[in-house]
Amino acid sequence: MAKTTMIKAITQALEDELKRDKNVLVFGEDVGRNGGVFRATDGLQDKVGEDQVFDTPLAESGIGGLAVGLALTGFRPVPEIQFFGFVFEVMDEIAAQIARTRFRLGGTRKMPVTIRAPFGGGVHTPELHSDSLEGLMAQTPGLKVVIPSDPYDAKGLLTAAIRSDDPVVFLEHMKLYRSFKQEVPDEAYTVALDKAAIKREGKDVTIISYGYMVHESLLAADELAKEGIEAEVVDLRTVSPLDEETILSSVKRTGRVVLVQEAQRQAGINSQVAALIAEKGILSLEAPIARVDAPDTPYPFSDAEMIWLPNKQDIIEKVKETVNF
Amino acid sequence: MAQKIDFEALKTISPSEIKPLQVLDENGKVIDPNFFPDLSDEQIVELFKQMLWSRVLDERSTKLNRQGRLGFFAPTAGEEASQIASEFAMEKTDFLLPAYRDVPQLVLHGLPLEKAFLWSRGHVLGNEYPEDLAALPPQIIIGAQYVQAAGVALGFKKKGAKNVAYTYTGDGGTSQGDFYEGINFAGAYKAPAIFVVQNNGYAISVPRAVQTAAPTLAQKGLAAGIPGLQVDGMDALAVYLVMSEARKYSVAGNGPVLIETLTYRFGPHTLSGDDPHRYRTADEEAKWEKKDPLVRLRTYLDEKGLWSEEQEEAYIEEVNEQINEAMKKTEQAPKQKVSEYLQNVFVETPPTLEEQIAKFAAKEEA
Repeated sequence: MAKTTMIKAITQALEDELKRDKNVLVFGEDVGRNGGVFRATDGLQDKVGEDQVFDTPLAESGIGGLAVGLALTGFRPVPEIQFFGFVFEVMDEIAAQIARTRFRLGGTRKMPVTIRAPFGGGVHTPELHSDSLEGLMAQTPGLKVVIPSDPYDAKGLLTAAIRSDDPVVFLEHMKLYRSFKQEVPDEAYTVALDKAAIKREGKDVTIISYGYMVHESLLAADELAKEGIEAEVVDLRTVSPLDEETILSSVKRTGRVVLVQEAQRQAGINSQVAALIAEKGILSLEAPIARVDAPDTPYPFSDAEMIWLPNKQDIIEKVKETVNF
Repeated sequence: MAQKIDFEALKTISPSEIKPLQVLDENGKVIDPNFFPDLSDEQIVELFKQMLWSRVLDERSTKLNRQGRLGFFAPTAGEEASQIASEFAMEKTDFLLPAYRDVPQLVLHGLPLEKAFLWSRGHVLGNEYPEDLAALPPQIIIGAQYVQAAGVALGFKKKGAKNVAYTYTGDGGTSQGDFYEGINFAGAYKAPAIFVVQNNGYAISVPRAVQTAAPTLAQKGLAAGIPGLQVDGMDALAVYLVMSEARKYSVAGNGPVLIETLTYRFGPHTLSGDDPHRYRTADEEAKWEKKDPLVRLRTYLDEKGLWSEEQEEAYIEEVNEQINEAMKKTEQAPKQKVSEYLQNVFVETPPTLEEQIAKFAAKEEA
C-alpha cells in the first residue's frame, strides 16, 4: 500500500493486466515509446514489449477498427483515444460497431474492449480537448461508461473494465490525474462496474455527482457542515447503466437531492438521474430535484472556462435552496 | 508454383501503368498460357458452378423479394467473377468482412443459406453465426469493414496464423476516410489483409468519375505504400489469379494488397426502389451485358468440353431445390422474442436492462 496519484494508479492497473493476460493489448497515439501524452502508459512498452503495447498511426477511426478486429481474433484491446474530444472521429466504430457487435451477432461474439480517454475541464487546453461527452456514450446501448473520481477507484474500476467481456468507455478527468494522492493497494483488485459509492454520509441532502465534480461536491459538503447541513455525496462511478438502488436509497434517506455534473445541461447524466428519481423516488422528496451543470454552449475558450464550469459555490447555493425549500 | 505477380514492384508503379489484368479475353480465349491460375479443370468447373449458383440465387432472391418472402436484397448479377472467384481463392479460416452486396461470399464461406435469408428478413437468427464461421455479417456503414479488416489482420499476425482478413467495398467506398485508414493501418503494420474494391461504376447513382480525380482506384494503394492492382472483374480466372497470388504474398508476411475489380451490376442498387435508368443508359448496360462473366467462363469450358447444356439445366434445378429447402427453413423460424434478444446486448446484463427485458417477456406472454 502506498500513496499514489490517479495517473499512476491507472498505469499500475494497465501493467497488472498486461502481465496477467498476454491477450491484453494497449495501443493508441503516442502510447508506446512516449508513454502517452499524460504518461498513463509510461514504461509499459519496455516492461511487456512492443507486441502488447504499441503506437498507432494518427487516426481515431482506425484505432477503433483495430479494436474490433483484435477483439474478434481473441484479444482484449485497451485502446487510448488521446483526448475524448476527438471521439467524433471514432464515433462510428464505438457506437455503431463495438457497442452493437455482440447484439448484431445474436450474442455469439463478444467485444471485451476498454476505450480509455482523458477528458474534462479546468486545465487550460486548446478547444475540443476538455469536453464532457459522456452523455453521448451513455445514450449508446451496449456500452458501459465509467468515470473514476480518485486513484483507488481508478485502479479497481479500470481492472474490472479490462477483465469485463463487455465494452467499456473509461473516462479519466485530466484535473484528477495528479491533483492528489491516495492509498492504493500494490496488488490488483477490482471495483464493481455496477455500483455507485457513497463518498460522504449525510442525512439532510443527497448530492449525486461523478468525476471531478465529486471533489467540488465534497468541498461544498465540508462547508455546508459548518453551517449545520449534512450532505451525503454519491459518486456514480459508472454513469451508464446507473446503479439505481444506491441512488434511490440515498434519496429516500435524505428526501432532498442536488445533481451535479460538469457537462452541459441538455440531455446529460443529470437528466437521466433526475428522471429516475422522479419516476421511482418522488414520494420521498421534500423539495424539487435540483441540478448544477454547465450552460448549453460548446466548451468555452479556455481563459473563460473557470467561469463557465460549475463549482463548489454553485453547489453550496443549490443545496441551500433545496434544504430551505 | 512461381509467383506470377510482382507485388513489390506494384508499390512504386506509375499510376499510368495500372491496367486491368485479364486471363481470358472477352471471347473466353486464354491470352497468355504462362499467366494462368493454378486451377485444375475440375476446380474451374466448380468455380463456374458457384458463379451459376450465385446467378440463380440472385434471380430467385429478386422474385422472393417481390413476393414479400424476402426483405432487403442487393442484386449481384454481373458481379459473379468479382465476388465468387475472389471467395474461391480464400480459405475457410480466412476472415471475411463483407459489405451488404457480398452475401454470396458469406454463404460460400460457410453461412447457412437460410441464415442469409433470415438476415434479409430482419431476423436475429440470421445473425447468430456459428462459432467457427470466420466472418462478420454484412457491413452497412460504408468503409467500417476496412478499418476492422486491418484489426483482424493484425490479430492474425500477432497469433502467427497463416490467414488473411479480406474485405469488400465499392467504388464509392474508396472516398471514405475509413478506406484510407484501413489500408494505411494494415500497411503500417504489414498485416495480412486483402482489400477488394468492387468498382461497378456507380455508388447507387453517383458515377465513379464523381468520386475522385484519380484515374484508377488501385493507385490509392500507392499512398499507403501497399501494392494496388486492377483486374478485369468480369474475368473469373483473372480475379482468382490475382486473389490467390495476393493471398500467398500476404500470408508470407509481406503485408496487405489492394485489388480493384472492374465490374458492373446488371440490376438496381437494391430492390428498395432504385431505378438504374435514372442514371445510366441502356447502351451502357448492353455493352456490359456482353461482358457477362458467366458467359465468358462458360465459353472457355465449352471449348474444352468441360460443361454441357444438360449439366447446366440439372445444376440449376439442384440450386433451385437448395433455395426451396432454405426458404422452407426460413419460413419455419420461430417468431422473434424481443425479451430474448435484448439479452444479447451485454455479456453481463445490468439490472436496468433486466427490468426492461421482464416487461417485454410479460408482453410477449400475454
